[in-house]
Amino acid sequence: MSSVSRDFRRLRFDRVSRQFGSLAALREVSLEVARGEFIALLGPSGCGKTTALNCLAGLLPLTGGGIWLDDVRIDRLKPEVRGFGMVFQNYALFPHMSVRRNVGFGLKMQKRGRAEIAQKVEAALALVRLSDQGDKLPGQLSGGQQQRVAIARAIVIEPPLVLMDEPLSNLDAKLRLEMRAEIRRIHDQVGSTTVYVTHDQDEAVSLADRIVVMQGGTVRQVGPPDELYARPAHADVAEFMGYRNLLPARVLSSDAAGARISIGDAELTGTVIETLTSDAALAALRPDDLMPHADGPLAATVAAVEYRGRGFFGTAHTATGTELFFRSDAKVEPGEALRLGADPARVLIYAGPP
Amino acid sequence: MSAADAVSERVPLRLRLARRGIDGVTLLVAPSILFVLALFIYPFLYGLALSFAPKEGGWLANYEKFFSDPFFYDTIWKTLRLAVPVTVINVLLSIPIALRVRTMRHQRILTTILVLPITLGTVLVADGLLTYLGPRGWLNRLLLDSGLSASPVHLVHNYWGVLLALIVSIFPFTFLLTLSSLTGIDPSLEGAASTLGATPRARFWNILLPLLAPGLAINFCLSFVQAFSVFPSAVLLGDPAGTTRVISIAAYTAAFEQYDYPLASAIAIIMGLVQLVIVAAVLSSRGFFYRGSAVAAKG
Repeated sequence: MSSVSRDFRRLRFDRVSRQFGSLAALREVSLEVARGEFIALLGPSGCGKTTALNCLAGLLPLTGGGIWLDDVRIDRLKPEVRGFGMVFQNYALFPHMSVRRNVGFGLKMQKRGRAEIAQKVEAALALVRLSDQGDKLPGQLSGGQQQRVAIARAIVIEPPLVLMDEPLSNLDAKLRLEMRAEIRRIHDQVGSTTVYVTHDQDEAVSLADRIVVMQGGTVRQVGPPDELYARPAHADVAEFMGYRNLLPARVLSSDAAGARISIGDAELTGTVIETLTSDAALAALRPDDLMPHADGPLAATVAAVEYRGRGFFGTAHTATGTELFFRSDAKVEPGEALRLGADPARVLIYAGPP
Repeated sequence: MSAADAVSERVPLRLRLARRGIDGVTLLVAPSILFVLALFIYPFLYGLALSFAPKEGGWLANYEKFFSDPFFYDTIWKTLRLAVPVTVINVLLSIPIALRVRTMRHQRILTTILVLPITLGTVLVADGLLTYLGPRGWLNRLLLDSGLSASPVHLVHNYWGVLLALIVSIFPFTFLLTLSSLTGIDPSLEGAASTLGATPRARFWNILLPLLAPGLAINFCLSFVQAFSVFPSAVLLGDPAGTTRVISIAAYTAAFEQYDYPLASAIAIIMGLVQLVIVAAVLSSRGFFYRGSAVAAKG
């Protein structure tokens, strides 16, 4: 049945486009995934990440470009021929079938023998730790259990690719953390190649070998989590990766080591990430890296403070009205005047709007 | 114990009723209860009582008369011979059409066209078919002129005319019910089945049909009841004295030609019982199907 090889070396998106009427959901997306990798497609809603996944699964035809598995073009194959295991956002479990029959469905479609199906289904249920729930209907399971059934159903057919569409978005915070670890464990144990769609940067950073940040139907940056976390290539990627302070700045001087910039009447040193074309720049800073400092360059008044266990996170305003998000280990009170500063290596400078 | 009793006695009646779900809002049900009592329960009970008060003979005389005279009891068979095929054909026909319409962009236009026969009424449809299928109608002229048939095909004033008229006039209803059952099935289930290697045929048999089955059973019952009470098309397009002397014609003749209301009531009761037997049989088969929500399960 499956004409797609499990032993591929790489998956390639070659200028893939998808139009919905006049709306371009994907614009010439090119991407390579190596076998065994865990790739996260990360982006805000509407960025095209789910469209990309559906195109890969075969549920949506492309309007341009091609998808290749080594040198086999797969984008015109029907989903049933591609045989990629997919975990849907709403799990899409068959409500009229028991857990066991749900998991065995793919094998039944492959016309495997009864004994083989039974044995593989049991193994898959053991892998997702649901061996004792096999006879229940999906409606009788909790959200986390349903999610694991969906994973078992997708991986039991030993697909060349496992596709996951925000599988954790319907779970509560605690279960989400547990299932996150579970998903990674299953990926490593089965040795599958996983493409995982999410809008949660924490999830992407903790799960993926490589993250693909998407925005407006294009790929903005591809890289390992630590690289994306520490050195986002563009200001919009930085914003999405948790750099809440995106401050318009003027470039005073710059050299290979860094740049001297001014924000309002304060002067800071930072690291240049994007080639500067004018003296307009954007300084990106995580709240975690902006902390009270006796001789910090940014003078501000605290507006609000939130206690988050590992520290105080606050909002402050400078004299010129710039809003700053900062962290403090010591308790601060609204109305307090502070001086804030940051390590020059953690102040990332991007080309600003002209 | 006695203290608790004393407390419960002191709870006002209004609160005790409210606990059982009876309060001021319950009064809003009154008009509909009156409506049902006056227009359904009373006439039904009146007819039932009337059927046991025949013009002559013992209290079961009407039923004895019906089941001893083939002129009467054959009407059950004649009606079933029309109603069952019509319903089966309509339900089966509605599935592929609904499957196609579901994915159409201009669904509303097609749905409107298909629903038109309902709004036109059975009589207009019967009249139209009378002309269309008649010996000089378009169909026969086409068949004769093209040489496909040497003599006119007889499609009116017999069984086939009524069958066709019933299919045409009930199909929209059946179709709409099928379409609504089908649109209640989460499309991601089919997507999931296809990624698991299910061909369109396998998806239909393994996913769509099992989830559709309970809806189809209800659909069958509702469509069957309509077909079973056929009257206008059986008279206009059929052979009301012979092959399409359906049970409603027998009741009509008894009531308005022989003025034997008790007999007519008995026939109406028998008609209802036959429908009830079929409906109960079909609905009891629903026990074999999954009956929960057809939406992907979610916690």
